Amino acid sequence: MIRVRAAASAVVAFALLVGLWELAKAVLPDAGVSIGDTRVLPRTDDAAMPHVWTVLARLGEPEVAGAAAQRTVGEAVASGALFTLGLALGGLVIGGVLGAVLALGMARFGLLERAVLPYVVLSQTVPLIAIAPLVAGWGGKIAIFGQPWQPWTSVMVISSYLAFFPIAVGALRGLTSPRRADVELFRALACGWWTTLVRLRLPASVPHLLPAVRLAAAAAVVGAIVAEISTGTRGGVGRLIIEYAQSATGDPSRMYTAILGAAVLGLVAAAAVGLLDLALRRYRGSIA
Amino acid sequence: MTPAVELLAVDKVFPGPVQALDGIELTVGAGEFVSLIGPSGCGKSTLLRVVADLEQPTGGTVRVSGKPASQARLDQDYGIAFQQAGLLEWRTVAENVELPLQVHGVPKARRRERAAELLEMVGLTEFARSRPGELSGGMQQRVAIARALAPSPSLLLMDEPFGALDEMTRERMQAELLRITGETGAAVLFVTHSIPEAVVLSDRVVVMSPRPGRITEIVPGRRPGTGTELAPDDVEDVRESAAFFTAITDVREALRKGHE
Repeated sequence: MIRVRAAASAVVAFALLVGLWELAKAVLPDAGVSIGDTRVLPRTDDAAMPHVWTVLARLGEPEVAGAAAQRTVGEAVASGALFTLGLALGGLVIGGVLGAVLALGMARFGLLERAVLPYVVLSQTVPLIAIAPLVAGWGGKIAIFGQPWQPWTSVMVISSYLAFFPIAVGALRGLTSPRRADVELFRALACGWWTTLVRLRLPASVPHLLPAVRLAAAAAVVGAIVAEISTGTRGGVGRLIIEYAQSATGDPSRMYTAILGAAVLGLVAAAAVGLLDLALRRYRGSIA
Repeated sequence: MTPAVELLAVDKVFPGPVQALDGIELTVGAGEFVSLIGPSGCGKSTLLRVVADLEQPTGGTVRVSGKPASQARLDQDYGIAFQQAGLLEWRTVAENVELPLQVHGVPKARRRERAAELLEMVGLTEFARSRPGELSGGMQQRVAIARALAPSPSLLLMDEPFGALDEMTRERMQAELLRITGETGAAVLFVTHSIPEAVVLSDRVVVMSPRPGRITEIVPGRRPGTGTELAPDDVEDVRESAAFFTAITDVREALRKGHE
């Protein structure tokens, strides 16, 4: 019931956004609104803000106008989004494992928490744009198991770099969330560290972990797109955004199809986490 | 028979230093119900935790079922219940009762059977598949007691288990506890703030004084029906008897003496 309502409100929100877009086009002047020399609202002509239906129609047309044999824009965006989704998923898995291992270590050894946690936080203050070329540069110099470093590997590594943080922090909070009395009960039951982890700490960490995974999934997608752009990796939706934006003056609706593709990618990631949420609802208690 | 608990000259000094326990000498016989009572900070909870091996004494000897406390903990010779029921909310009531058996590898079928038996004993059979959150405070505490009894321990350690309950529920739970301990024959070490509760439940009431935590006096309690079948009205009869009020006065005077 709550699920249905959540889905319905998502549809309504999307419809509102489309309505607002078309309303702005209909009501505001084509040249935008300026006060003095400062433009406060953007231009709304078809070149700057194409109609929603023009963008959707563009999806079915060939990527380069007039070339009939080529794939359509929709196919290009879909294949780019799938490619990026794969990289983001890889980043999420790598980041998730790394974050979980770090959190376990920090929960087990207080010394490790004091030593590592500041660096974990520090890692997120370095701008993504700054590390992307670094990763690509370092990666180009190494080979793993004889396999040369691929450009997409850099994208996955950068994506995981963003994804590991919420997981590490969320898992640490979750693993240390059981009340003292619960921990003592397990001690009184003569349970070792492992049994306490499996029967108490892990189930208790689920309510903290689910929002963390949701954040990490979104961060992995954003990280993958931005990394594709800043490392110049081909094949993904990030590259399409840049490519299409360069010809935006002549073909404005095509750029929006790529942005639409990126947005749908984010929604797919969020929906996947929603399914995980559903599967773990038994453990989804209130956070005390 | 081996006494359930033997404490010889037990000291506990917390860093500070705070002398929480000073020269505690106490023996709890098999099947005996002993209450620890005293003002806040008198070390009664610390004493219970020392017996449970959740706290290490700084001096003296602790033996539980004739073994060192740590060995007794590993052998699951005691069951424990705290003031907060402390049920795991992602488990059903029955699964909570099964927990002590599950973590020690008891096969599923046997755990099920034992949980059903214990839930019947505490009168919660129809709630076996409920979540702890759906139960009242008193019912949750009954589940916690069933859980503590799951490995059939010879000793039950209880730290103010009824402290958070209202008076009516509390009296009903006391009668329940007397019936259950009568049926299982387990010894009980019971920490409480309530004088009437200590008197009606216990064979002996141990009165403690604070800073340093010492035993001031041991007053005989009025536990009904020891060794015999407990009739439903027995507990009520005790609560209205003259001997009950005399014992309450004795405990109260012992408590006051500890303060002087």
